[in-house]
Amino acid sequence: MKQQLSALLLGTALSFAAASGALAQDKTIKIGVLTDNSGLYSDLGGAGSTLAAQMAVEDSGLAAKGWKIDIISADHQNKPDIGTSMARQWIDVEKVDIFMDVLNSGVALAVNNVVKEKNAIMINTGAASSDLTNAQCSPNTIHWVYDTYMLANSTGQALVKAGGDTWYFLTADYAFGHALERDTAAVVTKSGGKVIGAVRHPLNTADFSSFLLQAQASKAKIIGMANAGGDTTNTIKQAAEFGIVAGGQKLAGLLLFITDVNSLGLKVAQGLNFTETFYWDLNDGTRAFSKRFSEKMKNKAMPSMVQAGVYSGLVHYFKALEAMGGNPHDGAKVVAKMKEMPTDDPLFGKGTIRVDGRKLHPAYLFEVKKPEESKGPWDYYKLIGTTPGDQAFRPLSESACPLVKK
Amino acid sequence: MQALYAQLLVGLINGSFYALLSLGLAVIFGMLNIINFAHGALYMMGAFTAYFLLNLFGIGYWWALLIAPIVVGIFGMILERTMLQWLAGLDHLYGLLLTFGIALIVQGVFQNYFGSSGLPYAIPDELKGGMNLGFMFLPIYRGWVVVFSLVVCLATWFLIEKTRLGAYLRAATENPTLVRAFGINVPRMITLTYGLGVGLAALAGVLSAPINQVRPLMGADLIIVVFAVVVIGGMGSIMGSIITGFALGVIEGLTKYFYPEASNTVVFVLMVLVLLIKPTGLTGRAA
Repeated sequence: MKQQLSALLLGTALSFAAASGALAQDKTIKIGVLTDNSGLYSDLGGAGSTLAAQMAVEDSGLAAKGWKIDIISADHQNKPDIGTSMARQWIDVEKVDIFMDVLNSGVALAVNNVVKEKNAIMINTGAASSDLTNAQCSPNTIHWVYDTYMLANSTGQALVKAGGDTWYFLTADYAFGHALERDTAAVVTKSGGKVIGAVRHPLNTADFSSFLLQAQASKAKIIGMANAGGDTTNTIKQAAEFGIVAGGQKLAGLLLFITDVNSLGLKVAQGLNFTETFYWDLNDGTRAFSKRFSEKMKNKAMPSMVQAGVYSGLVHYFKALEAMGGNPHDGAKVVAKMKEMPTDDPLFGKGTIRVDGRKLHPAYLFEVKKPEESKGPWDYYKLIGTTPGDQAFRPLSESACPLVKK
Repeated sequence: MQALYAQLLVGLINGSFYALLSLGLAVIFGMLNIINFAHGALYMMGAFTAYFLLNLFGIGYWWALLIAPIVVGIFGMILERTMLQWLAGLDHLYGLLLTFGIALIVQGVFQNYFGSSGLPYAIPDELKGGMNLGFMFLPIYRGWVVVFSLVVCLATWFLIEKTRLGAYLRAATENPTLVRAFGINVPRMITLTYGLGVGLAALAGVLSAPINQVRPLMGADLIIVVFAVVVIGGMGSIMGSIITGFALGVIEGLTKYFYPEASNTVVFVLMVLVLLIKPTGLTGRAA
């Protein structure tokens, strides 16, 4: 009884404190990094995303100006049900203002609904599905780094132009793979190419030989890998074994991260073309950040574009809150402010956020260096083409997003 | 039709891994009555040992095939001596929980230091390239995997079912007290058997290193399937687990061709069917 009473008193006191805090300009922020901390995508997001968030907080200097910023992180295990229940708990109990990373399109689309319903914010830097800013767009979500439309547009177009006019897809059998296959197939057809077929494999497959044999038998010039992470690296490694590239077919990595290239080694990965929006060795700004980042990482890894996006997204979020003079804890209102302001940070350069929540910045087409061209660890990419931000992503005229007024 | 032959062969290759792993599990369960959930982690350790041997000591693939199973086997024997032996005679559940916990710890430690994407390990020069079989291009390395694991499986079967040592071992499982009365050191034999089972897992790890990325979670992805294989084959049956391993590889391969979406479920569907019709597994004897 006594315990219950004191708990009640404490609860009342706390709610009064919270209420009085809201009256004065509230300067508390709670950031939730929801990512894959233990599974196949944990190298491209995971602990690195939390580190990037910490660096953004440190660099913002907000603590010195009286702001109180907390970061929490959790593992959604690539399961949408865990992701959504975690999101609800974070918003209701932990009072999280903003969700960062949220890689895995299946999880992202599920969390997207929760965030909208509860008026929080998601800056998604990890998921690929372009649906986040298309049919599923939300006034509470910004899709920061890349999406399937952009990847398809950049890599797909370049390969068709280079003569790869027949395609066969190896597709991860969930929301992301389907979206990537769909968007790439559309670009291929539009550019005058032809899609011969596709095979859907379960997420997290160890052996791709069956699927590769089917791709080989299709005689398509390009085998498009609409998968990611460990699935992509295993596909590439085993394709070399089955003599697919030697037989004249070309592999197209539709979504490849620097951690994948590092894991494959240049000997296997050389010559692959793919698109990213961030590479550590682009300019002085990216180099300085990446060097600091890598020193703090346990395995000295350079940041992936997902992790860089967490930093960049938070930098802009902090700017918006500073401009507002405090944290209103109103997701849609803050996102609207973020869309008003142009973005500018050392990692992605100058950019804007469109009405549908799509962040715009240039997309870079890279080729993986040959082992003899590389000057050392993590020196992997050659830049072979740049698409400006306003042309890289799906134009608003094609958008099915209800936020876009036509 | 040609494509079908190719899929059958590819299935056989995957089946070799299932066979090697389920064989190790069957040996451990049959002789020690332990459901070894750490098997996947030990398989992963085999692959990592091969990677370390190459990158730290310059010791290549062929020696790794010998050294990695010994190193990981010793690790297994230490586990058995320090922890597992105290669970003898208790319910299976205790061994399962202990080994599952060990697996999580080992995988967590490796992931903490090496990340999840994995490390590269190249195919040895002698086994590079491939042959054109008419219906498919067979990488020489894959052919080697099938032949080698078949030899290892049969040798293990022979050792346990046909030799004097194997007879002692089987006797020791039936009635340890009596076998001890004959002056045979039963606890040592059990430790060595666990080491053998673990060594088989590590060997499978080395074999798979050049095909798959060497990743901390490579075993976790596989172990559940392998358990299904063991259940279908009949817990503890040596020949049963070998044959089921290869057969399920083939069935899975065919599923990947005809209905790829179901390829990671088909084994479990079969497991359910077998358990409904013959709960002791295809070759299992009633307990």
